[in-house]
Amino acid sequence: MMELHYALWQNIPFACIILPLASAAFTSVMKPRLARWWAMAVLTIVTVLSGVISAQYLLGAESYVFPMGHYYAPIGNEIRAGALEALTALFFSIIMLLSLMGGMKKLDEHIDGNKQNLYYVILLLLTAALMAQVYTNDLFTSYVFLEIMTLAACALIAIRKRGRTLVAATRYMIMNLIGSGLFLLGIVILYDLTGHLLMESIRGQVAQIAATGEYAQPLTVVIALFVIGLAIKSALFPFHTWVPDAYGYSTPTSQAVLSSLVSKGYIFLLVKIMYRVIGVDVIAATGIDDVLFVFAIAGMIMGSLSALRQNDVRRMIAFSSVAQIGYIYLGMAMGTEAGMMAAMFHLFSHAVCKSMLFLAAGGLADASGNSKLFRDLRGAGYRSPIAGVAFTIGALSMVGFPFLGGFVSKLNLALAGIALSPVKASIVLVTLAISTMFNTMYFLRTVITLYRKPLDGASYPVEKGQRGFCFNAALVLLALINITLGIFSQTVVNMITAGLGMFG
Amino acid sequence: MDFLQNYVELAAMVLFGIGFTTLLLHKNMIKKIIGFSIMDNAIFLFLAAKGYIEGRTAPIVVDGVQTVEAYINPIPAGLVLTGIVVSVSVTAVMLSLTIRLYRRYHTLDIDEITALCRKEGEE
Repeated sequence: MMELHYALWQNIPFACIILPLASAAFTSVMKPRLARWWAMAVLTIVTVLSGVISAQYLLGAESYVFPMGHYYAPIGNEIRAGALEALTALFFSIIMLLSLMGGMKKLDEHIDGNKQNLYYVILLLLTAALMAQVYTNDLFTSYVFLEIMTLAACALIAIRKRGRTLVAATRYMIMNLIGSGLFLLGIVILYDLTGHLLMESIRGQVAQIAATGEYAQPLTVVIALFVIGLAIKSALFPFHTWVPDAYGYSTPTSQAVLSSLVSKGYIFLLVKIMYRVIGVDVIAATGIDDVLFVFAIAGMIMGSLSALRQNDVRRMIAFSSVAQIGYIYLGMAMGTEAGMMAAMFHLFSHAVCKSMLFLAAGGLADASGNSKLFRDLRGAGYRSPIAGVAFTIGALSMVGFPFLGGFVSKLNLALAGIALSPVKASIVLVTLAISTMFNTMYFLRTVITLYRKPLDGASYPVEKGQRGFCFNAALVLLALINITLGIFSQTVVNMITAGLGMFG
Repeated sequence: MDFLQNYVELAAMVLFGIGFTTLLLHKNMIKKIIGFSIMDNAIFLFLAAKGYIEGRTAPIVVDGVQTVEAYINPIPAGLVLTGIVVSVSVTAVMLSLTIRLYRRYHTLDIDEITALCRKEGEE
């Protein structure tokens, strides 16, 4: 076969995977302080590299396939990069870096001093797994890194030694093992049907199978296994029971990373499977996207309703995640290019927003005697000004205030919904309206609480030196990204559309 | 008889069901982990059964090059090995979590542990 030549920047995807993976091994023997700066440096490098590759696609580069070890398809293992992969990698690495920066102060408090380097091992492993998930072109490789992601996420929860986090980590693992078991069975049956593991080769075979209609039932089973497995892992509505404990009681960096990156990694894999492995038309023919549509609608409403009932701000944000995951799945279930674009945009805007909300909530709770209950949070916006402003921006973005990321994603979802059949269109619009109303109720209630006078007789220990430079810088940067995403949304939308075009 | 021809695959699916139900519904943590092992091994059994063709051997050339029909595809076996490694590490993590839970709550019943943990209160 012809030897291909690659430009230097085309090595970036592999570098983004191998760099965190290799440095995770070194970090395990470092002193905590060195490990921290090492992890920050590696994450910064990955972010810069992802920025370079995104810039290449912004300038109109073509998607390409990188055969690992120069074994060409259909035998070898491949990495594939396109506009959407590059953009996703950029968002994931920026959020990972800023979440670490924002929660660094709390790590000292929540984790034993001599075990802190292990936290950075986990974080780097998670980065490597996310990058591999984004770039891989091989279904079984994606399964292996999916399990690495699950184990890393479990450790992120359990590393804070409390009873609650232990139980939350166990429940998280049980649900996730069921999810990955179903996903693995799906891969195995699909491999049995097609004889391939590379995504493009499977796609060709699946198109043939679907055309002849010979193995219609096994194919439907495979699609159902993929969708349900990944829906469980990313906490779509009926499978969300592990979310509030897992997100609610871990340390702030873990909360931010779990809610905005881990679940999004699974969703991105499902998007890849829908477009590059099975094909959207084949999925639509089985009717499984209609099932997903119903789950998404139910999640948007039930998640918001549960969030409304909480009296702990972190559990409220966790339940709000359930509703927002419903939004993303709604876009994916529409089965149209516009719907998928809206889903991907919401994936980004929600990731940026949720990490900021979790970090800000941590800061606000610190300024209120370490309590996360609403009655203690009164006036916290004055005691911790930057966290208060960041929380307000995040809340407004979630509600869908113009000039912020959340507005554009809701607009895109509504526009994509109108193009559907009349019944579906009305369901989408009504649910969006109801869910937005609930969002407004619980988020603005929290913002108002933050700027009210404290209860009589409540006194709070004055914090010396606030939360440090890193925390403030992370929140300011996240808020800026949020606003940029709202104002320059067209660039992001164009890139997503170009990336989805490269998929097809 | 199609049914009996694929008896290994059939057994694998039955085992998968048993493991899946045990992992999901059983209260005892150790039995949950056993269920997980059964579930994953059922998948590997399925993969191994699908990857083997009656009367062929592993693709190792012994007496000169034979025809392609003499060998089976080695990839399913490789996938099974990879899968076993993943499954073993997951089992190890689950067991270590169980040990920590048992040291703290002195029980293996996950419902009881949840109740005890709620009783401990916030934080």
